[in-house]
Amino acid sequence: MTSTTARRRPYGAKGAPYAFLIPAIALFLLFFALPIGYAVYLSFRKVEVSGLGLGAGAREEVWAGLQNYTDALTDSELLDGALRVLGYGCVVVPVMLGLALLFALMLDSEKVRFTPVTRLAIFLPYAIPGVVAALLWGFLYLPDVSPFYFVLDRLGLPQPDLLDGGPLYLALANIAVWGGTGFNMIVIYTSLRAIPAEVYEAAKLDGASPLQIALRIKIPMVAPSLVLTFFFSIIATLQVFNEPTTLKPLTNSVSTTWSPLMKVYQDAFGKGDIHAAAAQAAIIALVTLVLSFGFLRAANRRDKQEAAR
Amino acid sequence: MPYTKRRRLVTSAVAAALGATTLAACGSSGDGGDAQSGPVSLTYWTWTPGMDKVVDLWNKGPGKEQQITVTVKKQASGDTLVTKILTAHKAGQGPDLVQAEYQALPTLVSNDALADISGEVGDVKGKFAEGVWQQTTLGTDAVYAVPQDIGPMMFYYREDLFKKYDLKVPATWDEFAETARELKKAAPEKDLTTFSANDSGLFAGLAQQAGARWWTTEGDKWKVGIDDAATKKVADFWGGLVEEGAVDNQPMYTPAWNKALNTGKQIAWVSAVWAPGTLTTAAPDTKGKWAMAPLPQWSDSENRTGSWGGSSTGVTTDSEHKDAAAEFAQWLNTDGDALSALAREGGIYPASTSAQLSGAFSNPPEFFADQPDFYTNAAAIARTTAPSAWGPNVNVAYTAFKDAFGAAAKNKSDFTAALGTMQEETVADLKKQGFEVAR
Repeated sequence: MTSTTARRRPYGAKGAPYAFLIPAIALFLLFFALPIGYAVYLSFRKVEVSGLGLGAGAREEVWAGLQNYTDALTDSELLDGALRVLGYGCVVVPVMLGLALLFALMLDSEKVRFTPVTRLAIFLPYAIPGVVAALLWGFLYLPDVSPFYFVLDRLGLPQPDLLDGGPLYLALANIAVWGGTGFNMIVIYTSLRAIPAEVYEAAKLDGASPLQIALRIKIPMVAPSLVLTFFFSIIATLQVFNEPTTLKPLTNSVSTTWSPLMKVYQDAFGKGDIHAAAAQAAIIALVTLVLSFGFLRAANRRDKQEAAR
Repeated sequence: MPYTKRRRLVTSAVAAALGATTLAACGSSGDGGDAQSGPVSLTYWTWTPGMDKVVDLWNKGPGKEQQITVTVKKQASGDTLVTKILTAHKAGQGPDLVQAEYQALPTLVSNDALADISGEVGDVKGKFAEGVWQQTTLGTDAVYAVPQDIGPMMFYYREDLFKKYDLKVPATWDEFAETARELKKAAPEKDLTTFSANDSGLFAGLAQQAGARWWTTEGDKWKVGIDDAATKKVADFWGGLVEEGAVDNQPMYTPAWNKALNTGKQIAWVSAVWAPGTLTTAAPDTKGKWAMAPLPQWSDSENRTGSWGGSSTGVTTDSEHKDAAAEFAQWLNTDGDALSALAREGGIYPASTSAQLSGAFSNPPEFFADQPDFYTNAAAIARTTAPSAWGPNVNVAYTAFKDAFGAAAKNKSDFTAALGTMQEETVADLKKQGFEVAR
């Protein structure tokens, strides 16, 4: 009896974690790894048509090698889309994170009242689905139906066209900032609350003003959260799709391939070329991975250097 | 225990025997006999509202006699449904019957998703206008679908405001341009209409009226004529109007557009027979103030229109009961009761010429109550529909239109250049897919 338990225990102890992991691994493989693998497979294939392409057997799926990838990389529309998203990101990320940090610091300061209500009010837009938010703002951007334009008109002020040229980027960025600030604020605010009170006490005893405390103590101590929110924001920016897609029917200024993901969608479901779309999706995923993890590594290295000093 | 087991065996034997007779029946009905024996059930993907009620008529009437039951599955509409059909077809799981817009037929045929049903439905050709029927054959001897509804284009205008500004209903496009300019003079803040770049079907219809043939075949090669003389004429005309500011350049179907129609900021709309439905929701306050006229012509001697919208019923290659499915498709789109029900429940304008003058269309649409001859005129206009020529990548051309003309309308720049982009992108896509393109 004793001998069998003794023999079994090490085996059971070794196998148990894997047994617990099996459901997660199975789901991961089935709904994550397998679709990605299939998309990668598709990206190396293409359809070849013979003759007029009518009737049975006129279409054939064949290996394409790297053709879809070279096509995607030489496609100026994909690159233009990436540049547009870069411009959009240059507005969204600093403004959104700046506001999130500002709000978090203000909520954390001792003088602010009604903290829970304010916090909820700033967070609330995050709970609204992106498409709904874009629709809502779309109405407000259209001069003929927007109450803002009505007021501007009555006051005799100039009425900028927000759905064209440069202002379009601001209009799109505004939707993302409105929706995303609350979430980032909560992340930063939570880590602010985790700073021990003794640190502030010590600073106060040393005669630091609230502004100095914020700049010299709070911001450096929440740096890891800032890195995290920046990381999330980069990914979200590279994947922007909802806002421009929803605003597209309202204006001539947003093309069907405005952002890289819109181009993927258009190629897959507009043109019906899933192979080209798969290759572009793989490239976007790779770029996102390199950019976001590159940033994480750079941030970590800086941390380590500072710690070593 | 052994008793149950034996019973089970007997039942399965009977089932097998029944199955065998069903199979035999299907096999023998292949040579086009009217008598279909053995129950058959079919699935039908469509987006027409109220189609389930129309199909009920079949299931309780002719379908019951012939033991053919049809089940309606409401799926996506338009191009999204095409994508779904193609995906299902790839898996060999397509439905038996599908609804498809005319311009999507070449794409579906080119993916081998639609079956040739010329043997089953070839003799109903006479029930449709030639220009409509020709779209289901793709210019071959095959027939890939039965026409269901059509969208002949017409000119809609605010009768009250035309009177107020002393405008004449334009009979030609030159007069149309003059009308737009006169209105600008009389009321600078108003527009006759807008050139919208967000619905390619409108532009395709206008080009079709002018005599354009965008896709044709030359032997084994496709020829793309998007930048042909007729289409150039249409593009230049609208580009000129947008450039001089005689018409607006903002897209349709936006809240701003609804408001412009509802408040009389835009006083006319180049549209199709289904416009009353759209106006009812977009401009509810203007009920009874609109009138319909034929589309302006390119010359006095011409009398033609284009089509914007319309769809057909096709039988898929995945269907195991093609005869039965074709039988249903034919009934749905040629039977008087079926078409009346379709008009009543689905609000469609039938492709069948006799149905266009049937009881369902004796009264004008509610929104146009003051124009009693609305549908009589509509039927006359429908007969003048110019033929259209669709190809295997209409979707690509349509997207190229939206982007190129959207930018051109916004910048009030050269529409001919935008048309060139549309032509180039369409040809490039055909070549990339491996089609041979004649130049």
